[in-house]
Amino acid sequence: MPDLKPLTALGAAAPRVDIIGALTIAETPNVALASLAARKGQGDAVVEVVKAGLALDLPAAGRSVANTSHRIWWTGPEQWMVEADFTVCELLAEALKSIVGATGSVTEQTDGWCRFDVTGDTVVALFERLCAVDVAMMAVGDATRTSMHHIGCFLIRTDEGVIVIGPRASAGSLHHALVEIAGAIA
Amino acid sequence: MLINHPLLGPRDASEFTYLGDANLLNRPDWQGENAVEAFHDYLYLRDNPAGLHRELWFHEQGDRSWLVVTRNTLTHEILGVEMARDVARNNKRFEGDAQ
Repeated sequence: MPDLKPLTALGAAAPRVDIIGALTIAETPNVALASLAARKGQGDAVVEVVKAGLALDLPAAGRSVANTSHRIWWTGPEQWMVEADFTVCELLAEALKSIVGATGSVTEQTDGWCRFDVTGDTVVALFERLCAVDVAMMAVGDATRTSMHHIGCFLIRTDEGVIVIGPRASAGSLHHALVEIAGAIA
Repeated sequence: MLINHPLLGPRDASEFTYLGDANLLNRPDWQGENAVEAFHDYLYLRDNPAGLHRELWFHEQGDRSWLVVTRNTLTHEILGVEMARDVARNNKRFEGDAQ
């Protein structure tokens, strides 16, 4: 067997961490993702089975929920994204499909996205320069999709700051956008 | 310009793309007697009102919902925003398809 080493979304062996002024921008690897869409007429049923299987209520529009093993955020009407730790739950889509059965459709998303965790006192100042969403008004747990530097991203407001989930193929451009604006307000 | 998304609240117009007249939801019956004529009208004939216009917008950089936006083309004032799927399901022609 060849000795294969995984690379992070930015192409290095170790995740990148930038500390700029009050902000820390940390690339976060090892994220397993799967999208879930309720099948026709199964919107209530899928909520029931996910609650039984993952002990989480599928969130309403613009919201997210999390426990120690999973995070789920709303992506559209009767559609959600589910996140777990890749090192624990590599086959997230398979596990999720076994939970939802015929009530929902599940699509593997792990390789499509990259994640940056942005923390620090000036996160609102950073994101109000990057996107059109009113980040100052986002409560903890709010999650939305918007574009930053023409890159479509999910933003999830947490206690610590903001989680950015963007397209993995544009990880470098997204990182550049975050670092550039962080430098401008430092 | 802000579009007041029915689920997400006011969102910047830059997150949306525009398709056109909301009558595009009313696709003719392809098996109808006058299908050729109906599709010609559906495809090529558009009203171009100076004033109220119902149009389809897509929240591409958001939740990917199609919206029916009622807009005044003279002032750009937005008077109403509905989910296109609700509009389609409320349309009598889609009764058999509604849940």
